[in-house]
Amino acid sequence: MPAVLTSGWFLENAWLIPLIPGIGFAVILLVGKRLPMQGSEVGIATMAASLVIATGAAFQWIQRVDSAHDGESEGALAAAAGFARNVFPAAQEAGHSEPFIEPVIRKWVWWQNGGFEFGLGQHIDGLAIVLLFLVAFISLLVQIYSTEYVKGDRRYTHFFAAITLFSAGMLVMVLAENMVQLILGWEIMGLCSFLLIGHWWEDAGNSRAAVKAFLTVRVGDVGLLVGTAILFFGANAWATERGSNGFSIHAISGWALSGDGSDTVLLWAAIALFIACIGKSGQFPLHTWLPDAMAGPTPVSSLLHSSTMVVAGVFLVARLYPVFFEGLDILDSGVNLIAVIGGITIVIAAALAFVQNDIKRVLAYSTVSQLGYMMMGLGVGAWTPAVFHLFTHAFFKCCLFLCAGSVSHSGSHHSFDMKKDMGGLFKKMPITAWTWILATAALCGVPFFSGFFSKDEIIDNADHNGYPVFFVVGLIGAAMTAAYMTRATYLTFFGKPRGAAAGEHHGDEHGEEHEMAHVDDHTDEHAADVHGFGGAVVAGGDHHERPHESPWRITAPLIILATCAVFAGYLNAPATPFKTEKFAEWVEPRGVEVPAAEATAMLAVGSDGTASGETAPAESEEVAAEETHAEEAGAEEEAHGASGCGFDVPHGGVCFAPSLSHAEFKWSKALPSILLVAFGGLLSLWICIGIFSRDRFALKGLTTRFAPARWGHTFLVNKYYLDHLYEKVIVHGIAHPIARAAYWTNQHVLDGIVNGAGKFGRRSGEWVYRNIDQRVVDGAVNGSGLMASESGHALQPVQSGKVNQYGALLFGAAAVAAIVLVILNV
Amino acid sequence: MSAIVAVGDVNVAQNVGFGVIALMMIVAAVRVVSTNDVVHAALWLVLVLAGVAAQYILAAAEFVAVSQVLVYIGAVMVLFLFGIMLTRAQIGGDRDVNNPTWALGIPVAVLLFGVLAWSVLDGVDELPGVNDSVIVDRGPAPTEQLSDNFIGPYLVPFLALSFVLLAAAIGAIVLARKD
Amino acid sequence: MLAANFLLLAAVIFCIGVYGVIARRNAVLVLMSIELILNAVNLNLVAFALMNGTTDGQVFALFVIAIAAAEVGVGLAMVLMIYRNRQSISLDGLSEMKG
Repeated sequence: MPAVLTSGWFLENAWLIPLIPGIGFAVILLVGKRLPMQGSEVGIATMAASLVIATGAAFQWIQRVDSAHDGESEGALAAAAGFARNVFPAAQEAGHSEPFIEPVIRKWVWWQNGGFEFGLGQHIDGLAIVLLFLVAFISLLVQIYSTEYVKGDRRYTHFFAAITLFSAGMLVMVLAENMVQLILGWEIMGLCSFLLIGHWWEDAGNSRAAVKAFLTVRVGDVGLLVGTAILFFGANAWATERGSNGFSIHAISGWALSGDGSDTVLLWAAIALFIACIGKSGQFPLHTWLPDAMAGPTPVSSLLHSSTMVVAGVFLVARLYPVFFEGLDILDSGVNLIAVIGGITIVIAAALAFVQNDIKRVLAYSTVSQLGYMMMGLGVGAWTPAVFHLFTHAFFKCCLFLCAGSVSHSGSHHSFDMKKDMGGLFKKMPITAWTWILATAALCGVPFFSGFFSKDEIIDNADHNGYPVFFVVGLIGAAMTAAYMTRATYLTFFGKPRGAAAGEHHGDEHGEEHEMAHVDDHTDEHAADVHGFGGAVVAGGDHHERPHESPWRITAPLIILATCAVFAGYLNAPATPFKTEKFAEWVEPRGVEVPAAEATAMLAVGSDGTASGETAPAESEEVAAEETHAEEAGAEEEAHGASGCGFDVPHGGVCFAPSLSHAEFKWSKALPSILLVAFGGLLSLWICIGIFSRDRFALKGLTTRFAPARWGHTFLVNKYYLDHLYEKVIVHGIAHPIARAAYWTNQHVLDGIVNGAGKFGRRSGEWVYRNIDQRVVDGAVNGSGLMASESGHALQPVQSGKVNQYGALLFGAAAVAAIVLVILNV
Repeated sequence: MSAIVAVGDVNVAQNVGFGVIALMMIVAAVRVVSTNDVVHAALWLVLVLAGVAAQYILAAAEFVAVSQVLVYIGAVMVLFLFGIMLTRAQIGGDRDVNNPTWALGIPVAVLLFGVLAWSVLDGVDELPGVNDSVIVDRGPAPTEQLSDNFIGPYLVPFLALSFVLLAAAIGAIVLARKD
Repeated sequence: MLAANFLLLAAVIFCIGVYGVIARRNAVLVLMSIELILNAVNLNLVAFALMNGTTDGQVFALFVIAIAAAEVGVGLAMVLMIYRNRQSISLDGLSEMKG
């Protein structure tokens, strides 16, 4: 094998993976427009380079794990740099068969303040490797796809710049060594999602969706900041003792399981961080932004929903799993926040997917629902199945979105409306249809497709870990998934062609259902260019074309992704005769105790950029001495009884991951879910054929004839009224009274003081009377209608533009707040 | 210039000095916000700033005191006087220097002072070094430590500050030039 | 007790500054009041440095002095521009930001 593969070079230099697209972003932005392919080649080249390094790193990580397993610590691989200290034999001798595999951590100080050092670095373990590979792979395919999909767009170059930075942001987050770096990547993604969702910002609807996505996620981000602060103050003392600091993710993990932190601190940290995950991963009740984010170009939706952005929340939970594990008492209590939110999300999002006519919205709700599975998996202690589901889901969901884009690009005239413009496309777009069907089978969990292995494992483990309720929720969700995906498949590819799919074409009457709302179908290309809306020329101006298969740059990624969607599951397929469990072996962190000396050496990574491997020769003797010492100590302590990380406080050592058990696969346990999936799919197929192909059918028009069904339908169409709740009740109900109160204060308190203390006394009686009578009583009588109309005016006087008044409000509020704090603290 | 070597309340001279300067500062500060003449206000402000510099010396912060004199009394006050001159404020009293709602400032300020004073007096026992009868004599002036701090742990804020000053200088020129 | 005296003195100066910011109409006088506030804060920082026996507080005081210099520079430039445009530096005429 060439030296570069065996030396650990890729693992040591994994930090290049986000750096290359980061530089690519700058290059595209600066000189992209002058390049022959307008910058897209830079994006594709940088993503390809990242993919190469990520693949190399994955390969070396597997070698590292395997060499650790074989106990060949003195073997050829282990002797090379980077493999010198990866094996930890002490635990093995004490009866554990699993060795601890040291993550590859490197760190550089990029600034320090008051003696505190902020690092940037990499923390490469199984989880990071999975996501690095996934993000680089999917981003590359999406970019290739985009060269065709957004061809001719006015902001073509900017699109590639933003999408490259977006991938870079996710990669930064994935290999983050500390929480500050994680937040950095997290926020880069937030910014880029805003740019990309609002790519066609000329349409007010699109920019509104972008703002909504940005602000909703921002609500959750507060949780991330708060959680990081809590963890820092909780873990810093513990970590400093061991040569690290309270931002280091590795140190936080060790601290969370060390038993040093109080349960309350961990609980609040876990809740705060989970709020961030709810926002980012579109969990109930902050899932409302995800379907609206469909306003962006389809490749963006695809990237957003498969491997970046929305899985960031899942990644955060998986990354800081010890915090959640300890804080929320996973496995120890009958129910916990993550599992509940995940379970609710699975069902409500799946229900919403039934009433959507927009194909992308169906997929969006499907994503929300699948993210619910991942969260639920993490919540019930099924870490590996959840991460595995993330892995397989990325392939098939990306594939589905790209299929939807392909359909709209070449089949349905840029429409995403399944009922109006699709149907019967199977013959016209065979590649798209077949890849869609394969990906759908994977998503539904049809046996021997990838989704089956991952999703069933989550459901199975829920039962195994003592969460029967979530087992049932998972089964219901699986049946619903099968049903709504069958509906979407049927509507899109089978039945009679409708609308654009039948070759008709129509103008803009769909409004927002058109992705390119500004495309005026009846003007020619030049006129559209004069309008200045770049989306107009995407289809090459050929608006009268009949549905046909998309060009190779669209179908090639589809085929690759569909292949992955079918076969990715075999990495961890206990159901097959091979009983492979490679994914668990390579990715899962080992819940074994690491003796203190070794752990300290691991945490105190050289801050000058020297990784453990490079310094290993110099300190190897020392380390060896420590090791033997630690071994003895470890063995002694182990004599007290083997400690499973997570439940017991480690005896002198440090745990970096809780030890989890896995359910054993049995066909008898998988059977109910297979049957339910089949049932859901067939029922849905029967209804679809009935409603859309036969005229006389008992269920047809049920939602208009039968009242409870109509109510249910309306309830779902209105998305459980959550948007109404947020806008009408929270904004109008809370903000407006505050506005009125501020108005009232301004009118009466401030002016009252102006009129002087003398007058004040005399007039106060009359004044209160007037207010109680005129304002409160009248206000109550006139009701909320008046309130809504007045609110704009009500806020106006506060914004008087007078600096002094602002100053008075500022300092007055500060004083009052200080008094409240003082009173609370006494 | 030695740091404070105070034995409890024995160091009377220092406490008396503090009291006199403090009184002068308070009176001057009140005049800054109450006089009707803008130029007088600026001159009273000089007195407050000089008092602050004197307090710095009492608090063993010589370098900060020197900077205070150089930057505030030397540069900022000149800026203020130029500002007053260029905006052609009346020399002598001016009728409308106060807002119609000036009275609002009194309750806010009193409220704020109440909270601040209460917090200081309430927590005074917990403050470090307050009850030490001898505040450690740190020997030579800590200017060297200051410079070490600036070039060492606070290097990034120091660089950031340089950018802020540059931006402020450019901004002031852009804002004030006639075009 | 000396250290607590510094804090009390700073509180007094701070509140006088706050009063000035609220009460004054002339923009230059408002800027002067802001200087009072900043100086009060500086006094606190130096007093904390004295109590802790470190120089960190003094470092921050110097930062504040530098920022204050920049603030006065920009602030007075703005006042000049306002004066040039409106022939007055009275703040209550300045309500273009009114909502």
